[in-house]
Amino acid sequence: MVAQKKGGGARVSEDAEEQSRQRLQAILLADSFATKFRPVTLERPKVLLPIVNVPMIDYTLAWLESAGIEEVFVFCCAHSMQVIEYLENSEWYSHPNLVVRTIESHKSISAGDALRYMYEQQTETSQILGDFVLVSGDTVSNMPLADLIQEHRERKKKDEKAIMTMVIKKSKSSPLTHQSRLGTDQLFIAVDPLTKQLLHYEEDKIDLAKGSVCLEKSLLDGNPSVLLFNDMQDCYIDICSPEVLSLFEDNFDYQHLRRHFVKGVLVDDIMGYKIFTHEIHSSYGARIDNFRSYDTVSKDIIQRWTYPYVPDINFSGNRPLKLGRQGTYRACDAVQSRSADVGASTVIGYGTKIGNGDIILNSVIGNGCSIGSNVVIEGSYIWNNVTIEDGCEIRNAIVCDGVKIRAGAVLQPGVVLSFNVVVGRDFVVPAYSKVSLLQQPTTEDSDEELEYAESSSGAADHLSGVNLQMESKASELGPDGAGYIWEVCEGAHDEEWKHSVASIPKDKLAEITQAIDDDDTEDESVLPPSGELKSDADSINTDVNDPNDDYYYFEKEVEGTFLRAIDENIKVDLVTLEINSLRLSFNMESADCAGAVFYSMMKQAVDTPHNSASELYRNASSIMGKWKELLGFYVKKIDEQIEVIMKFEEMCQESPKELGPVFTQILHFLYEKDVLQEDAILRWAEEKAGADEADKVYLKQCEKFIQWLKEASEEEDEDDEEEDS
Amino acid sequence: MPDVQSMVVEFVNKLRKRKIEGSQATAKYTVELLRSVISQHRVPHANQAAALIDAVKAVGEQLVAANPVELAVGNVVRRVLHIIREEDLSLTTAAMAGLDLLDASDDDDEDNCKGIGYPAMSAAVVAAARSTLRPPSLQTLLEGTPESATVPYTSSSGADSESKSKSADKSSITRKLKHDVIEGVNQLIHEIAGCHEQIAEQAIEHIHQNEVILTLGSSRTVLEFLCAAKEKKRSFRVFVAEGAPRYQGHLLAKELVARGLQTTVITDSAVFAMISRVNMVIIGAHAVMANGGVIGPVGVNMAALAAQKHAVPFVVLAGSHKLCPLYPHNPEVLLNELRSPSELLDFGEFSDCLDFGAGSGSPLLQVVNPTFDYVPPNLVSLFITDTGGHNPSYMYRLIADYYSADDLVM
Repeated sequence: MVAQKKGGGARVSEDAEEQSRQRLQAILLADSFATKFRPVTLERPKVLLPIVNVPMIDYTLAWLESAGIEEVFVFCCAHSMQVIEYLENSEWYSHPNLVVRTIESHKSISAGDALRYMYEQQTETSQILGDFVLVSGDTVSNMPLADLIQEHRERKKKDEKAIMTMVIKKSKSSPLTHQSRLGTDQLFIAVDPLTKQLLHYEEDKIDLAKGSVCLEKSLLDGNPSVLLFNDMQDCYIDICSPEVLSLFEDNFDYQHLRRHFVKGVLVDDIMGYKIFTHEIHSSYGARIDNFRSYDTVSKDIIQRWTYPYVPDINFSGNRPLKLGRQGTYRACDAVQSRSADVGASTVIGYGTKIGNGDIILNSVIGNGCSIGSNVVIEGSYIWNNVTIEDGCEIRNAIVCDGVKIRAGAVLQPGVVLSFNVVVGRDFVVPAYSKVSLLQQPTTEDSDEELEYAESSSGAADHLSGVNLQMESKASELGPDGAGYIWEVCEGAHDEEWKHSVASIPKDKLAEITQAIDDDDTEDESVLPPSGELKSDADSINTDVNDPNDDYYYFEKEVEGTFLRAIDENIKVDLVTLEINSLRLSFNMESADCAGAVFYSMMKQAVDTPHNSASELYRNASSIMGKWKELLGFYVKKIDEQIEVIMKFEEMCQESPKELGPVFTQILHFLYEKDVLQEDAILRWAEEKAGADEADKVYLKQCEKFIQWLKEASEEEDEDDEEEDS
Repeated sequence: MPDVQSMVVEFVNKLRKRKIEGSQATAKYTVELLRSVISQHRVPHANQAAALIDAVKAVGEQLVAANPVELAVGNVVRRVLHIIREEDLSLTTAAMAGLDLLDASDDDDEDNCKGIGYPAMSAAVVAAARSTLRPPSLQTLLEGTPESATVPYTSSSGADSESKSKSADKSSITRKLKHDVIEGVNQLIHEIAGCHEQIAEQAIEHIHQNEVILTLGSSRTVLEFLCAAKEKKRSFRVFVAEGAPRYQGHLLAKELVARGLQTTVITDSAVFAMISRVNMVIIGAHAVMANGGVIGPVGVNMAALAAQKHAVPFVVLAGSHKLCPLYPHNPEVLLNELRSPSELLDFGEFSDCLDFGAGSGSPLLQVVNPTFDYVPPNLVSLFITDTGGHNPSYMYRLIADYYSADDLVM
């Protein structure tokens, strides 16, 4: 299983062990365990797809090598043979400073599985010896690693639980689509500003409509201050301690590195493990996750942000291109017609011929392509050995190896043509369509959890039969074309433009802008979901000023005071004094005091052991009888009295079984004790009359009492009248 | 051989990743590598020189391709090739006419006197040395015949110890070519290592009391040059333009202050404003082209133009390994390298400018960060190399001394 490279030779002597402990190792996942690059990845593994004419894995390996990594374990899963074959023929296998070992496993369907497999392998051959770098094979970066690994090690020495350091980079996401430049969703993280510990990681559940994010309150308890970021980009470069592997082994349901592992460590708080972050400023780091990021990273490479991994430098066995004016890179043997217009930021590979009157802008053209006359290529990625006949128009498309585009064909924005597809004469490939010689797998899983299931084995089998099928059947790509246009799977249709190579269409942008404007007019209080959230540097105030919370605490305090008063038999004056001071310190109304005091009394009554409702009533009446003065002190005005009734009702609703039956009795008792006046009760009844049926339960219960009160007051009124007259 | 091969691969890797920077360091690595290539190369009996040349060329091509911007690599490879050719030629001519050799080796000594201050041994040599006050190549142009003209050129790269032994022992004809070549290469290594001192020795002649010197960026040669003048009790002031965006001028200023020089740091854009107070501009070159043009750190052209405007002498310091036999219009010459834009801008801060809103797919914001500048020869007042001061128009002759015409295109 483990194809081992003979080099290295470090484990010969006794010192070897000591040395290898210091040896810098990396695990490179040569599989993304996702289907975002389909249909291209059905025929070739993602890491071998060229980006600016060099396979992605070469960028990753070249970077790891120059960052001082000495041993890389390349974990191959889908199309493992192709990856291994490529590496064997590349210069990496004979590299003096970097030992490349390949590990092959067909069973792994997720990053979690891959690491578990690594862990099992490790126990046999003891491969991972210390801290290691975990990257995927589609990472383009030029950041220095040695210092970061050192930093990680030192932190690990101080704190056993610091098992991972995650690299982040500032990158503003679009205020409209909440997408980063790389086409990934906006990332929301919380970091401790002092220790840089990662406290919260939110990728997918941000409620964009409301522009709000939920944080756990406990987050704020443990940390005096928290930095929140919404403009960070996760580089997917992690420095891990060996514990990470065993953690994956222990939690066999961990699949995704971020969604499961990071969430797991942060939320479940396993063994108190901690993850830290490291922000890079000047260096570059990005992962090619989807077609959008393919486009973005290609442009960054052409703009030289990834220096020294740029096309005019021979960094990994690639043939360097010559950098000309306006950032055009051209192979020395590329043939270009004088009438062709090759614009800025364009790359033209070896042996490529460009015909008369062609217009090529912002595009990458691979090796050995032949492009006819009067072709327009804009913002597209043409891989190797592609034939484009006269008069074609290609905009924002990806065209894989060996594709033939016959004369007059048009590729609309966002098209992806997989290997060896033939587009028929004058055929127009509709926008965002994906075309492959392979038929779309019928069991397309739109479910995110299932996207790990990369059908690697199936693809190769399909290939053999394909040619025969194609000839018998009239193609979907015109009479002389070959290939199937894939159906866009349901649900993903809306998202297609988000992850495509094509830039976001204007109408979509307009739509989103419209939607945001609507939101704004509906509710002014909603923060605009743009950068005005200002979370990039705002630390959250730790004492939360929520009025509800404050009332809750106030109530608790009052209850405590009241209990002490009962226990120690404190005088009513003193208790009122104490409650008054509480009222001032919590900034409460006197009506709130009334409610709280009443609440404490009732709570006390309920808490005293009782068997029946009548016993409970007796308890309550005795307590209230005893502390009548206290209650009377706070419950003077009608408003306060109503507050008390409402509070009582609320309590009854919370525990209807206990308090429900005695509602009327206690109300009556309070009336008799002159705590509540009949006006208050009647007003309460009036207010309640308009309420829902559910709210009227207690009103109905005391209907008779109220009736009686009304009659009594009428009588009184009559009496008054009599007296007046 | 595998040992050498792995060394070559390692060096090529370093060059590719731009891990070695600075002409002197690269030149030194290259020449040491080529020495081990030569010493480990098994030469056949017949046509030894051709075999060595092929071996060196093969390695040289790899090295040059690894970083075409670092012209010093190509220069050193050509120098080594030249040494091989010259040694071969001198051996064959010596074999043909043993007596001629004596004269030739006398000529050798003359040149060595000039270069290294080797004490005169005989009256004849002293007389000859006097004649070398005139430039040697001019002398050969006027007096020498084509045959004899080629032999003295060995001298500039040939070892003095070797030539001494050659004159002492006439049986040297039988000595193996390879040994001579290695001696020659050793001499080259010595020369590259010592170029700073050689140049710095001349400082006293150029920097005078109470002068103000302007320099740009950081160069070890310039540092040594200024310090040498300081050591000779000259008191002067140095303006250092910081050399954005890498700000190597800051490092130079730090070093200068550490050595006790009166230093002022200015921004690059203030060069024109300050130039009227400056007595001389001294810069270190990245490479000197055959036409006398200079490739230097970015901003140098601006400083040269400012100097010309105010008639301030513009002096370029360059070790002989920086002399490039190519002209700047040669297609092989890669004059510049665009480094990462992140030296200018923080990528995170500007990432939103790079994509969104562009629509057409090409970012509206582009960043260009060139490493080098080209100064045309007419702006340069004087070159100071380890062999003395030279006029820009004289460079092509100097280059003809160091390189064979056969090696110009590798």
